[in-house]
Amino acid sequence: MTTASAPVLEIRDLSVSFPTETGTVSAVDGVSLDLAAGEIVGMVGESGCGKSVTAMSLAGLLPGSARVTGSVRLDGTQLVGARESALRRVRGREIAYIFQEPMTSLNPVLSVGRQIGEVLQVHERMSRRAARARAVELLTLVGIPSAAQRVDSYPHQLSGGMRQRVMIAMAVACGPKVLVADEPTTALDVTVQAGILQVLRDLRDRLGTSVLIITHDLGVIADIADRVVVMYAGRVVERAPADDLFAQPRHRYTAGLLSASPQPGRHAGTDRLTEIPGLVPVLASQPDACTFADRCPAADEQCRAAAPPLEDVGGTDHVAACWHPCATAPTAAQEANR
Amino acid sequence: MTPQPNALEIADLVMHFGPVRAVDGVSLTIPRGRVTALVGESGSGKSTVGRCVVRLVEPTAGTVRIAGTDVTHLSRRRLRPHRGAVSIVFQDPAASLDPRMLVGEIVAEPLRLAGKRISRRERDARVAPQLERVGLRAEVARRYPHELSGGQRQRVSIARALISEPMLLIADEPTSALDVSVQASVLNLLADLQRDIGFACLFITHDLSAVEYLADDIAVMYLGQLVETGSRERIFARPAHPYTQALLSAAPVADPVRQRHRQPVLLGDDLPSALDPPSGCRFRTRCPLAFDRCATEVPAQTAIGDGMAACHLVRPDGTGPDVRTADPSEVLS
Ligand SMILES: Nc1ncnc2c1ncn2[C@@H]1O[C@H](COP(=O)(O)OP(=O)(O)OP(=O)(O)O)[C@@H](O)[C@H]1O
Ligand SMILES: Nc1ncnc2c1ncn2[C@@H]1O[C@H](COP(=O)(O)OP(=O)(O)OP(=O)(O)O)[C@@H](O)[C@H]1O
Ligand code: SF4
Ligand code: SF4
Ligand SMILES: [Mg+2]
Ligand SMILES: [Mg+2]
Repeated sequence: MTTASAPVLEIRDLSVSFPTETGTVSAVDGVSLDLAAGEIVGMVGESGCGKSVTAMSLAGLLPGSARVTGSVRLDGTQLVGARESALRRVRGREIAYIFQEPMTSLNPVLSVGRQIGEVLQVHERMSRRAARARAVELLTLVGIPSAAQRVDSYPHQLSGGMRQRVMIAMAVACGPKVLVADEPTTALDVTVQAGILQVLRDLRDRLGTSVLIITHDLGVIADIADRVVVMYAGRVVERAPADDLFAQPRHRYTAGLLSASPQPGRHAGTDRLTEIPGLVPVLASQPDACTFADRCPAADEQCRAAAPPLEDVGGTDHVAACWHPCATAPTAAQEANR
Repeated sequence: MTPQPNALEIADLVMHFGPVRAVDGVSLTIPRGRVTALVGESGSGKSTVGRCVVRLVEPTAGTVRIAGTDVTHLSRRRLRPHRGAVSIVFQDPAASLDPRMLVGEIVAEPLRLAGKRISRRERDARVAPQLERVGLRAEVARRYPHELSGGQRQRVSIARALISEPMLLIADEPTSALDVSVQASVLNLLADLQRDIGFACLFITHDLSAVEYLADDIAVMYLGQLVETGSRERIFARPAHPYTQALLSAAPVADPVRQRHRQPVLLGDDLPSALDPPSGCRFRTRCPLAFDRCATEVPAQTAIGDGMAACHLVRPDGTGPDVRTADPSEVLS
């Protein structure tokens, strides 16, 4: 998706580190990313590569010990270093979050209607009665059947998929510009997952909400994302429209990730899955080198001597940080000539 | 020569936890050396079936036979000689490994539980090749679980499961907690070991791409019961039960161009409860094709090839409507 208008969210050179007992952990290193209005961006990467930390830092959700540098602008307003009172206004109203386990984020002793209502009473100064009516509308919006009755249910009376829908209803109660969904369907089975993804798409279509969705399921990314950001060891290593990324991955880690997932029609009797050998490094400081070099089949001296910049690799809006990007797949014409 | 008994035979298995009807009449056979995937939605009773087989819980009713021996109600002591025949790998490697034990002790644990007394040296000698088999260096034996990555911990639990040379492995969501690249190495490992050692496997998962990669046969569970069984080839090509069809259509493929042209069947997630299952067909509250009879009559199992499907709309020859293409109003006219 190309947008002429200014992005809703503009992340520039965002870095996050944590002091720990065993030394500093550098979790995020120089991440830049724009989110346009009504755009769904998917974020993937190996466990521990900094996806959640990036997401939480946007609205200042990290613990006080975190050292955050760089810039996050929401409609032009700087959020990094903003006062807690200002951030509190941003959270919920402008940037809303949904997480993997809805049960831990919902209050077990309040009906879901009361919980959604409270958000509206606090942020929108609605009367209790108006808030309840709006809660019913919101539950209907996220696809909960007979919402007028369900509004009085307690979280434990709902299935996991329904609870996640309630979380989404709460998150969008105040019409946020940006919705951050961190592994929103990981705990759910595929039939329920399909419904949740449909709700996110509807919100984008109807309210123009921008969505940042984090997942390790490449199928989910393929289903819902307009653009994809691939992270590795705290850095963005590739960014592209979803179609391009899957068709022509250029960074070696992205290519490894895509070929590691089982393909339809293949079976262990005849095929082996392609593994990425080795482990993700945990870094105290960010080296001036490609952090994937120890696991990369194409690594050479240059890769170990300097960090590759995130550069245009051809195509539309397709960037990768790799000294030796994968070749693009031959076109049909080239294939025919062989 | 008498034929070898099947690795696992479950007949009419029932497991109720108080009012919760977690498993309600499941029958399933796994021949030696075959991999059967058990899929189905969250809470449908998959793990409970696995726990009954390894006798972590004693079934309410029904029988479990391992290599021909009925182990359903054997006492702890009488169960001991059979312990080595079945092993289990759990979903969450972090929670299933004792944090105070060294990896070497963890891997050797099944030998101790089977009542074998072995010296420390013998133990180390037995553990080292197991670790090597799962792609870990022998030094790992002297580390604690928290010093390993998620994938390494899952390898440790596989090594522990295999040290007794089991004939049957229960793998309960062995890759769900892992990211894609680590998943690939665990799936490869299971495929290699299965080929080399020839154990039979009950592979519990909700990841259908992993099922297609690893399984020979598939059993689909819904709310405590099996709704369909069959070969991998048949189920992926011609799923007969509406729930199986919905499951396959809802699993996203990692290819945006293809994925966007698919039309998943949206079931709604108003899931019925195992406390009070719907009358007739348990799937009827979510089934797009449900009709009057579904509320009053429990669907019989119609044989299809080596398997079955339990739905009123599946005809005796195994054909029937497909929720992925059918317009519900046409099906019943
Ligand atoms: N509060 C904290 N203190 C110290 N280190 C932290 C803290 N929070 C996160 N980290 C570290 O920062 C790194 C990035 O963590 P993050 O949670 O962002 O990973 P992730 O990409 O979301 O992984 P996953 O896919 O497993 O959720 C990890 O190495 C993690 O251990
Ligand atoms: N010890 C127990 N006591 C009471 N209820 C239980 C117990 N163990 C399981 N259950 C219930 O039995 C049902 C089946 O649970 P089970 O864990 O077997 O499902 P599952 O198919 O493995 O689900 P998942 O995909 O989420 O792992 C659920 O309703 C669960 O809450
Ligand atoms: S920069 Fe070098 S080491 Fe890094 S991914 Fe590219 S080729 Fe591999
Ligand atoms: S028996 Fe009826 S409700 Fe059950 S799966 Fe078949 S059509 Fe659907
Ligand atoms: Mg995370
Ligand atoms: Mg389970």
